Amino acid sequence: MTRELAHLSDEALVLLAARSEQSALAELYDRYGRPAYALALRVVRDEALAEDAVQDAFLSLWRTASRFVPARGSASTWILTLVHRRSVDLVRREEHRRTDSLEAAPEQGGGGADEEAWLRLQRERVQDALTLLPDQQREALELAYYGGFTQSELAERLGQPLGTIKSRMFSGLSRLRELLGDPGLETAWTHGTSTT
Amino acid sequence: MDTRDLHDLTAAYALDALGADETEAYEAHLAQCERCRDELTRLSEPAGALAWGAAPAAPPAALRGRILAAAAAERTNVVPLRRPWLFRATAAAAAIAACVAVGLGLWSASLDRSLHAARSARAADARAVEILADPASRRIPVAGVHGMVAVDATGQAALMLKHLPQAPAGKRYEAWVITPGAAPRKAGMFDGGGSTTVVRLERSVPKGSTVAATMERAGGVDAPTEAPVFTAQA
Repeated sequence: MTRELAHLSDEALVLLAARSEQSALAELYDRYGRPAYALALRVVRDEALAEDAVQDAFLSLWRTASRFVPARGSASTWILTLVHRRSVDLVRREEHRRTDSLEAAPEQGGGGADEEAWLRLQRERVQDALTLLPDQQREALELAYYGGFTQSELAERLGQPLGTIKSRMFSGLSRLRELLGDPGLETAWTHGTSTT
Repeated sequence: MDTRDLHDLTAAYALDALGADETEAYEAHLAQCERCRDELTRLSEPAGALAWGAAPAAPPAALRGRILAAAAAERTNVVPLRRPWLFRATAAAAAIAACVAVGLGLWSASLDRSLHAARSARAADARAVEILADPASRRIPVAGVHGMVAVDATGQAALMLKHLPQAPAGKRYEAWVITPGAAPRKAGMFDGGGSTTVVRLERSVPKGSTVAATMERAGGVDAPTEAPVFTAQA
């Protein structure tokens, strides 16, 4: 398979998709189809539903690409947001999700060695940051984001006032942002050269 | 629901943890509240990062075709841009628009060079891929672009960068290894472009050193002259 658009940025591909260029949509799928499917499967816990979520999300991208605003976030975040939103919609319609194990082992493989290494690095970064959060904040983020529970459902499930749940989610996200934040170019460079 | 309650919903909205009614109310509020829009931009980043925390899973191969077929069916009135020259012109226009929109100072619309670079990337140094895939290698994320440095047990190192913009005409990226107390030492040059740039570093990377890259003239320089495009603390 040739990837004639492999040299374009994600944002340029979204602009091309907005002009109905189908190969741009294909290239975006080739870049983000795997993490999109992994995310959908984590939330919906069902392979057929996960495929539906990914397909709906990429078609939503196709329809609304012209409304993408780069200043509000990267294209990859936008795509995975569409996937997550659709996955949550689907799982909330499924009654049986609450009893499903959160530890189902999904299949692996299918990508190149560098792609595997890249995805593994990304996953380790997020998982490492999550383990550094206070337990209650981590629990709120995981149940909300991966479990698809609403804040009201969370309050009920955990037997806590809604205000407590809101504050755990807010503090958890704020802390996660700090933990995942880039050290910053200025600082890193100064550090590297200040000793010369 | 009063406005004060609505301000409190930003984190839940970023996590898609609001019910349908709450989502509607919050989105209406968002249109009028700059503070919440700013906060949402701030919280969307870590919320979005959670997407990468899911266990790896490969989608069925047929899914790609189904999505593309469904997409084509929705736009049957549009004539696809198939002729290569026409396509290239469109891609260049989009690339320039993207440059303006995203402010990518490094972007180059020189597509012929990009295609050449993409071919080179496919023939990437096999040793670099070995280092990257070696389970014993340390993997360090780089700051500034998406990517990592992998350093094997002997200190040999390789870079893998995702969607690094093609260096403009007359320029190349130059890698540096900086050990504390010493001047930056050059470690190879590369062009970027392509979805993945793989570079074998020409110097070993001791623990505690910094790997960086700057945009320099194509012939290379002996000491960095520009601010780094990315850095990593090894």
